Order: sequence, then C-alpha cells, then structure tokens
Amino acid sequence: MVPIGYYIGLSAILFTIGALGVLIRRNAIVIFMSVELMLNSANLVFVAFSRLYNELNGQIFVFFVMTVAAAEVAVGLALMVTIFRAKHSIDVDQMSSLKG
Amino acid sequence: MGAMQILFLLAAAAVLGAAILVVTSRNLVHAALWLIVALFGVAVVYVLLNAGFFAIVQVVIYIGAIAILFIFAVMLTRQIGGKDGGSQNHSTWWVAALLSLLLMVGIVWILSTWQGFATELPALANEKELISELGKSLVSTYLLPFELASVLLVAALIGAIYVSWEKSR
Repeated sequence: MVPIGYYIGLSAILFTIGALGVLIRRNAIVIFMSVELMLNSANLVFVAFSRLYNELNGQIFVFFVMTVAAAEVAVGLALMVTIFRAKHSIDVDQMSSLKG
Repeated sequence: MGAMQILFLLAAAAVLGAAILVVTSRNLVHAALWLIVALFGVAVVYVLLNAGFFAIVQVVIYIGAIAILFIFAVMLTRQIGGKDGGSQNHSTWWVAALLSLLLMVGIVWILSTWQGFATELPALANEKELISELGKSLVSTYLLPFELASVLLVAALIGAIYVSWEKSR
C-alpha cells in the first residue's frame, strides 16, 4: 500500500507547479489551466484524507469543488473569448484599461 | 515495492510531467492536451484511493467538459497570422519562480509539523456502500449546498451565454 505522505507530496508539488504557472505565464488561458491544476491538487488531498480517516465529508467537498470549477471555467472562458474579440489579444499584460 | 506503489509512482510521474509541460509549453493546444494527461493521471490516483466515483466524475467533467472547453477557447482566441511568437512569460519570471519556490518551502514547513506521513491507508470496508452513503448525504445533510450548487451552475451558464453573446450593432 502507498502511505498517505506520497499523496500529500504529489499534491503539494502539483499545487506549486500550478502557482508557478499562474505567476509566470502571460496568456490568460494558460493561467486558467494552472488554476485547474491547483484545484485538482486540493481535490487530491481531500480525497486522500477522506480515505485515511474513512470520512465522507472530504469527498463531498471534492464534489462541490468540481461544481464550482465547472462554473468558473464556463464563465472564465466566455470572458476570455469576449476580451479577445474586443482587444484581439488575451495577454494579461495588455488588459490594463482600468489602470489610471 | 508492491504493484500499487509502482502504479502510484507512474501516475504521479505522469501528472507532474504533464503539469510542467502545461506550464511551459509554448503551443497552447499542446498545453491543453497536456492538461488532459494531467487530469487523467489524477483520475488514476483517485482509483488508487478507492474513490471510483470521483475517478469517473474526473474523466467526465474535467476531461470531457472542461478540457474540451479549453481547447475551444484556445482555438477561438488564436491570433491570426501566427503572432503566437515572442516571449510567453513575464519579463520578471524570476520573481515568479522565487515566489513559487517560497510557496513550496512554506507548504513543506507547515506539513513538517505533522507526524502521520508514513501512515498506511486503512483497509476499506465496502466501496459500494461508500458511494450510496455519498449519495444519501448529498440529499440529506448537504441538501442546501447541493441545491445551491445547481443554482450556481445555472447562473454561471446563463452568465457565460450572456457575456459571450455577440450583440448586433
């Protein structure tokens, strides 16, 4: 059997990679993908702990995280497409219209 | 090393490698495809954790819906004339790298106070029962969040349609 530490380690590294992607990339869609990676790492650790303690509550959380992620992606990608139509770019450095 | 461990290490290597490629690959379609690999690897890890229901949901929702939406969005926002060139990263990428390194150190530091890393997962009672328990608690204890989630989904989808509607001028 695999000890719980392996799952936590995998989740921590996956979260760090996702955070790096959010900070380092300029394309908004890749930033979204990195956010999905981070959500997945959180889900992973939820499922692992729910398995460790034989508790269902962790899995319920995963259920709701997935729902919110689906909603977020639908709205976020619609926004991306609309921004692209208006500015012909989804580079986050160029989304500076609100800057004074 | 048991078969479970080998399977876990393979899945973990696939997830991490694919995640690094999502973050680093210059071609956005490739990034979306690597995202699918990473999500599938996470589904395999769910199977190893005896969470079969979530493995299926991961494949259906994440790969079947979210990743496909990503591919659509990438193709809809392609710059015409191959202007994808140029640097894909911020000029201050080293600050970002430093920050995420700090984040990793922070996570490790927080986790280092916990003692139970070597705990083996306990034997599972009955997986079928687990799924029916999950379903029951969704419509009893967690009824209100469950209904709110469905309202949220409807609102989000209507919002997405409204936002991306091309107004005829």
